[in-house]
Amino acid sequence: MSENPVLKDATRARSILATDCGSTTTKAILIEQQPTGEYRLVVRGEAPTTVEAPFDDVTVGVVNAVREIEELSGKSLIGGEGRPQTPAQDEKTGVDLYLSTSSAGGGLQMTVSGVVMKMSAESAQRAALGAGAIIIDVIAVDDNRKEHERVERLRQLRPDMILMSGGTDGGTVSHLVEMSEMLVSADPTPRLGIGLKLPVIYAGNKQAFAQVEELIGSKVALRQVDNLRPTMDRENLLPAREAIHDLFLEHVMQQAPGYGKLTTWTSADIMSTPNAVGKIMQAIAEQRSINVLGVDIGGATTDVFSVFKSIFNRTVSANLGMSYSICNVLTEAKVENIKRWLPFHTSDADLRNQLRNKMIRPTTIPQRLMDLQIEQAVSREALRLAFEHHKSLARGLTGVATEKNIGNIFDTQGTGKTLVDMMSLDMIVGSGGVLSHAPRREQSALMMMDAYQPEGVTLLTVDSIFMMPQLGVLSMVHPAAATQVFERDCLIYLGTCIAPVGTGKEGEPCVTVEFQGKTESIPFGAIKVYPLGFKNGNDGEPESADITVTPTRNFDLGAGKGKEIRQKVQGGVSGIIIDTRGRSIVLPADDTARIAKLKEWLHAMNIPTAE
Amino acid sequence: MGTAYTPGLRVSAHTTIEKVRRLPLKGDVLVKQGDTVSSGTVVARTEIPGIMQTVKVAEKLGVEPTDVVGLLKVKIGDKVSQNDLLGETKGLLGRFFRSEVRSPVTGTVELVSSTTGHVGIRQAATPIEKDAYVEGTISRVIAGEGVVVTCEGALVQGIFGVGGERQAELVTVTNSHADPITDTNITPSHKGKIIIGGSNISGAGLRKAAECGVLGIVVGGVVDRDLMDYLAVALNSPGYDIGVAITGHEAIPFTLIVTEGFGTINMAERTFQLLKSLQGQVASINGATQIRAGVIRPEVIVPLKNATPIEASNAQSGQLNIGTPIRVIREPYFGILGTVTALPSELVQVESETWVRVLQTKLADGREVTVPRANIEIIETI
Repeated sequence: MSENPVLKDATRARSILATDCGSTTTKAILIEQQPTGEYRLVVRGEAPTTVEAPFDDVTVGVVNAVREIEELSGKSLIGGEGRPQTPAQDEKTGVDLYLSTSSAGGGLQMTVSGVVMKMSAESAQRAALGAGAIIIDVIAVDDNRKEHERVERLRQLRPDMILMSGGTDGGTVSHLVEMSEMLVSADPTPRLGIGLKLPVIYAGNKQAFAQVEELIGSKVALRQVDNLRPTMDRENLLPAREAIHDLFLEHVMQQAPGYGKLTTWTSADIMSTPNAVGKIMQAIAEQRSINVLGVDIGGATTDVFSVFKSIFNRTVSANLGMSYSICNVLTEAKVENIKRWLPFHTSDADLRNQLRNKMIRPTTIPQRLMDLQIEQAVSREALRLAFEHHKSLARGLTGVATEKNIGNIFDTQGTGKTLVDMMSLDMIVGSGGVLSHAPRREQSALMMMDAYQPEGVTLLTVDSIFMMPQLGVLSMVHPAAATQVFERDCLIYLGTCIAPVGTGKEGEPCVTVEFQGKTESIPFGAIKVYPLGFKNGNDGEPESADITVTPTRNFDLGAGKGKEIRQKVQGGVSGIIIDTRGRSIVLPADDTARIAKLKEWLHAMNIPTAE
Repeated sequence: MGTAYTPGLRVSAHTTIEKVRRLPLKGDVLVKQGDTVSSGTVVARTEIPGIMQTVKVAEKLGVEPTDVVGLLKVKIGDKVSQNDLLGETKGLLGRFFRSEVRSPVTGTVELVSSTTGHVGIRQAATPIEKDAYVEGTISRVIAGEGVVVTCEGALVQGIFGVGGERQAELVTVTNSHADPITDTNITPSHKGKIIIGGSNISGAGLRKAAECGVLGIVVGGVVDRDLMDYLAVALNSPGYDIGVAITGHEAIPFTLIVTEGFGTINMAERTFQLLKSLQGQVASINGATQIRAGVIRPEVIVPLKNATPIEASNAQSGQLNIGTPIRVIREPYFGILGTVTALPSELVQVESETWVRVLQTKLADGREVTVPRANIEIIETI
């Protein structure tokens, strides 16, 4: 991190350059304070990431992306030393702040361990995921593996870092010593930096640390933090998350090609990309006092973020993505689940070969409409699977004794319920190439509706050009600028989805809508869109309007079966979308009928279909 | 982005090839800069520490962990052989009901824990050797880690492969770049050889190749299902899948290199003709592929003896210009060769309604078409 006088009071910064070094592309944005005092995105540039051979230096891609900004803005941002010049010399030369996030080089790959899989090991997963890591293995005493299998796996995976947890303070010691013995046995080496010691964070029973240190202290780079599960009913994830962040900067970043140099260029610490996106999601939920679900679907991984009842959770599905990992989506979802979203006939063999070819040439773009629809079908399944994964981890603590209604019987089975409640969800934020760069925004709305099947009333939004990572790191040093750019340039309002929960027969009455002076009955199995756009032109702040929707007696919009809801809703690119396809959505079994139905829904959303 | 295109896979009759031969851990480099090496020359060596086998002594003897130290017959640092006595209880009157525990492995006692009652025995280290892989000269030594071997030779990069490093003689088994390899093309005479074919190899062809002892297959395409079915049986792993395509470690009897992609796709004629011209020569091949985080593509290398190093060229490798030869790598023109005729700078909307940077190209069949720049690869000849 470079010395920068502006940073002492970051609110003095008038120009801000921020980069995100992704696994494929390095994206740069330039933000400037306008004469009105407001901060706005000025221009965006990008270039291939250069963390791999033949460059082996991430800063080459950073400079290339910034050069594109220079070309588009007519400014000179790279100084004589070949790095972003800070602070700005004048209106045309340099910037006041330079910030960066990174997920290049495979991100931060961690193994976590705990004593019990559904207790300390699960808390350790939440700590690591919340700090922006990709979890490559979870080790626990009850993980149904033999010791030699764990040892072999640990050697083979070569994580960047290990988070070790287990035991409440004053609880088990022997299991933690056994875990340490396993580490001694495996003698693992870190992924980056041949000959260096592997960083290990100890966040388990304090009383066991001395013995753990005696066993592994000389073999690994060991660091102790507060127990992440000090008692059964309390989770304390912050110290472990902070230690992960520190070690990420100290060890992993310093070993990744070119990062040592990049850290001297930035005005604040480099942040891992998912950590930065998580900051933005938390800020949205906090500022608006709402429940939020966010997703960032990339080429290799899909990150899911949620804030329900002020509790933040993040998960990463390391092998669900739209290019490198597209065939893992095929394997996990199965070919028939991808095909069900296609509004045309195709053979299994052709579909499989096409997805494999996308995997081996991941940067290609669908030129034909049918190829785009295949990728969007895959995205529905990747989003769905990543969300299932998220729901399984975003939950209350397991193993906490809760008092039952009768007598003093305690039950630990009922705890650990998922925090994700679709009916109480207020807003979905989509991000990542397939959502941010869909040719029509309506396609993004429908992909998220099909994958998440929101219930009741839910606002749908997307990140305009995928700049949430940069705004996340900016929010750490200049929250006001980050909020202004987020609201004005980043967040695109797609509209509000109103979806009753229940099921019925095709064509039966489902809801009655009273909107803008008109009353209309909408049958089961349909999508109906009411236009409601923006206050000024085609983007920015959406219009709001009152709506009353009354479901028939088998359907619920959140107020109870058959009970009307009356509220103010926000519009957007699509407007107000009434989705009476039922929850869960069931597609016709017959292929021809299914294709006809899909075309009907696509048409209702103003989305073209391939013939 | 201005550089949004895929640099082409290398197909060259003569180029300078550098191979980094690096150990997984620090070790000893056995050659020095300037040495001439053959493909089998061991250039570096190290030892991977053995696994520590944990023996649950307290549990086996039925005693408390704290009592274990007093019952052991060995101490930290002692070397033990399999079945050696590690410890025993005193028993009743020193004779009856005595329990004992013996070492399950040969190794060195490294750990005695009075917390868990475990004894750890570290097994012998496993030596790891790295060979030169190709015939050439040591151009650089990476201290304690490995070397760079340089040679002059022919190089063909594939798009995807399975199976590891092998050396064998090249044999062409189809008449053209468009003919598939079927089981009838493969005979016992191909034992120990690398076979070259056209558009595809069938599932029956893969099985026949394994049966006949073929060491390598280089072909245009393979149908996804045929390959996965073959790998599932060969690896005895039902439902096997290549996942995110980090390959090269599969324990199969041959190395498969696909030059174009999945399906039945003619091998690029230039590639086929080059490989055909090398028939009878020994090639080093590797199917290892990695798409993400450090791209690795499979390769066929044929070192040329006594070849003069070619001059480093100033040609704009990786640059798109009018006249640059390209190949389209996605539908609707997948696999077709062409020449760049225009490079419009403004974004253009294609059929999928995506706004992208495009180029215009005259295809080999005479059509003039527009293609996203991301969907072509430059035919690299250097």
